[in-house]
Amino acid sequence: MNSLGYLLAALTPYHVALALGGVVAGTVVGSLPGLTATMAVAVLIPVTFSMEPASALILMGAIYTGAIYGGAYAAILLNTPGTPSAIATTFDGFPMAKRGDGDLAITLACIASVCGGLVGAVFLLSLAPPLANVALAFGPVEYFWLAILGLTLISALSQGNLLKGLIGACFGLLLSCIGVAEISADVRLTFGSQTLLGGIEVVSALIGLYCVPVLIDLVATPDRHLKVEEASRGFRLREALNISWRSKFNLARSSVIGTLVGILPGAGGSIAGLVAYSEARRSSKQQERFGGGAPEGVQATESANNATVGGGFIPTLVLGIPGTPPDAVILGALLIQGVRTGPNLFTEHGSIVYVFIWGLLLATVLMLPTGLLIGRYAYRSIVTVPKAMLVPTVAFMTLIGTYSIRNSVSDVVIMTILGVLGWVLGRFGFSASPIVLGLILGSIAEQGFVQGWIIGAAADNLWGQFFGRPISLGIFAFILLSLFSPLLLNRLRVKREFARAD
Amino acid sequence: MFTSKKRGIFTALAAALALTASVASAEYPEKPISYVIPFGPGGESDITARHQQAFFKKKFGQDLVISYKPGGGGAVGWSQLNDMPGDGYNIMGINLPHIIVKPLQKDVGFKTDELALIYMFHYTPDAVVVSDDSPFKTLQDVIDHAKSNPGKITFSGSGKGTANHLAQVTFDKLAGVKTTYVAFKGTGASVTALLGNQVTGQWGYTSVGAKHADKVRLLAVAMEQRHPRFPDVPTFKELGFDIVSGAYRGIAVPNSTPENVREKLSSMIGQINADPAFKQKMENDGFALVDVDYKGMKAFMDEKRQAYVAAAKEAGVIK
Repeated sequence: MNSLGYLLAALTPYHVALALGGVVAGTVVGSLPGLTATMAVAVLIPVTFSMEPASALILMGAIYTGAIYGGAYAAILLNTPGTPSAIATTFDGFPMAKRGDGDLAITLACIASVCGGLVGAVFLLSLAPPLANVALAFGPVEYFWLAILGLTLISALSQGNLLKGLIGACFGLLLSCIGVAEISADVRLTFGSQTLLGGIEVVSALIGLYCVPVLIDLVATPDRHLKVEEASRGFRLREALNISWRSKFNLARSSVIGTLVGILPGAGGSIAGLVAYSEARRSSKQQERFGGGAPEGVQATESANNATVGGGFIPTLVLGIPGTPPDAVILGALLIQGVRTGPNLFTEHGSIVYVFIWGLLLATVLMLPTGLLIGRYAYRSIVTVPKAMLVPTVAFMTLIGTYSIRNSVSDVVIMTILGVLGWVLGRFGFSASPIVLGLILGSIAEQGFVQGWIIGAAADNLWGQFFGRPISLGIFAFILLSLFSPLLLNRLRVKREFARAD
Repeated sequence: MFTSKKRGIFTALAAALALTASVASAEYPEKPISYVIPFGPGGESDITARHQQAFFKKKFGQDLVISYKPGGGGAVGWSQLNDMPGDGYNIMGINLPHIIVKPLQKDVGFKTDELALIYMFHYTPDAVVVSDDSPFKTLQDVIDHAKSNPGKITFSGSGKGTANHLAQVTFDKLAGVKTTYVAFKGTGASVTALLGNQVTGQWGYTSVGAKHADKVRLLAVAMEQRHPRFPDVPTFKELGFDIVSGAYRGIAVPNSTPENVREKLSSMIGQINADPAFKQKMENDGFALVDVDYKGMKAFMDEKRQAYVAAAKEAGVIK
């Protein structure tokens, strides 16, 4: 069968229905904080037993991609990342919504997600086998440096008060150490409590640190949640398309970053979004707008995190190594069906792989109309619902969502405590993002460092292990750039002003 | 006072009898059974449970509803098992050596003996895995190299105090060599490190050989007999090392579950194991079936406990 044949096989009414239903269901699931793409896909596994492998993949891929996009709603409208992938969406999405541009932000997020999803899927379609090697080129040390690169973002996030940002990040790093350590199996910082054995679950921490303070503020202040414009302005699609066209380079760069980070099994949508965000900020001429409602911030994150869907499938299908947590579930479902992944899958089982990839492309395209419609509905309901109803509903959802992540009551307790703590810290000028960054990146950095150290020590070459590998050096260069470029830029500006004064 | 207490006991007894009677008389199971996996989705514990899921429905007409309670390397789930209703509709996956080693390391909220194990249905045998282009063709090559370069050979593996880690420690001792073990988060990450040539080899499982057949080579498997999927790979026993080990997986119930239900469940899991199609699927994925039922559990656990505790002490993960 040629590629046209595969495309036609993906366009059967049955597959179109699966893609449509999957995207809609995924978007709804992703928009609810706590319900992640991984869970949505896992729930579906028994359903896929009776399906053809390609159809099962299309359904699971559509849900997955929809859920990653759906995470943007709560991020923009409630300052709560619906999924970890949407963390960086809150940075500019929520300020946009605050000033009354929530509808625009959602439409921009939808366009960016479709762009990112398409780029990721096209890479999957055209370059999967060679790109899969990227997954293998990343060793422990590279993950360590990547996590450090992510941590440098703190300097950008804590405008004006670097010290508070660093304190927050250190607190987050400490939080990441709680529980049974992933590598050494040591029990750390549990203070004898069995509740803390399982560690701080990232998604419940996200919900607590981001959402609870918003809820408390809603109750504590008489203002409306978001500013509302009187006249209905539709989707503001034309405006959004114009903005998107102007930032096409940002979209393209972020999508490529998302695809590449998606390929890395040890890093997921959250890191992709963060790296794309910081790159967008770094290369922007108006850096100071970021964090205060810059559309480019939303576009960068949303295109990058949807690109991880296609990117993550590359090592999953080529190497049998899941690129992201939902991919691990999908890989399991394929194994149960008796489908072996590997390079042969592309040559011998093209009817599965290529039909699926076309199906994923189809689902991504379908995300544009469905995403706009569901987004419009989500925006309307959040904006128009009276506060007295909004607060209890959202509070209830956060509790249910947190519980459902690991079916754990202790996670709900931890979420609530972190939430109140986050609100108090917020009063003192500590923002949530550095804490979350520390929590997510801490364990990645720690694992990479310890593994890299053990391997380097065994080879009697610690220095070479950390500073002698090309990819490591590349990331290290970016770290230096990210750390010192503000200083250098400031110097230049000061010099120029001096020159002008003379 | 006395009579009321007596009556209380009597009613409780009657209720218990009625419960067991109703369980026995009605065709158990008469509703879906909740099957909790104390790890995240997509891992081997999940995949093997999913294999059972399809056969359970076919044989007994009811669904096994799989959910996940990850955290603390399984400890979060196991510490909550005995709080669940013991009505036969709640079961949980259990893993060796985890349930033996973890409670000995620290108070993790459960003790090995408190878990009511009813069946061990398979294990994933430990194996020494190298990538296809590795210069090591046999286990002897590895041993020779390790002897002249102590500590230089690095093996990736899943976690510490796990089947992989204990097997590495046992092997080093039996072969008189010193190798370096690098723990990764799960088998997936440890395979990635192997395929990316970050390490010399991997203490992995036969399932790694099945999943990545075109890219890796097994040098030896820790089984009594050779694995049907890999007839050319010798066992450690053949090579003179007494290692039969791996990650055993089974099923436990809340300890309030009545005896007859435990036996019934045990025989049901046994029936799934006996299905040739199930066996075929599991072996194709590199797993090896074992049949330790409710009656044989104590003897099995006593034997395994001795071996695992000795290895864990050697590895320094318990004192």
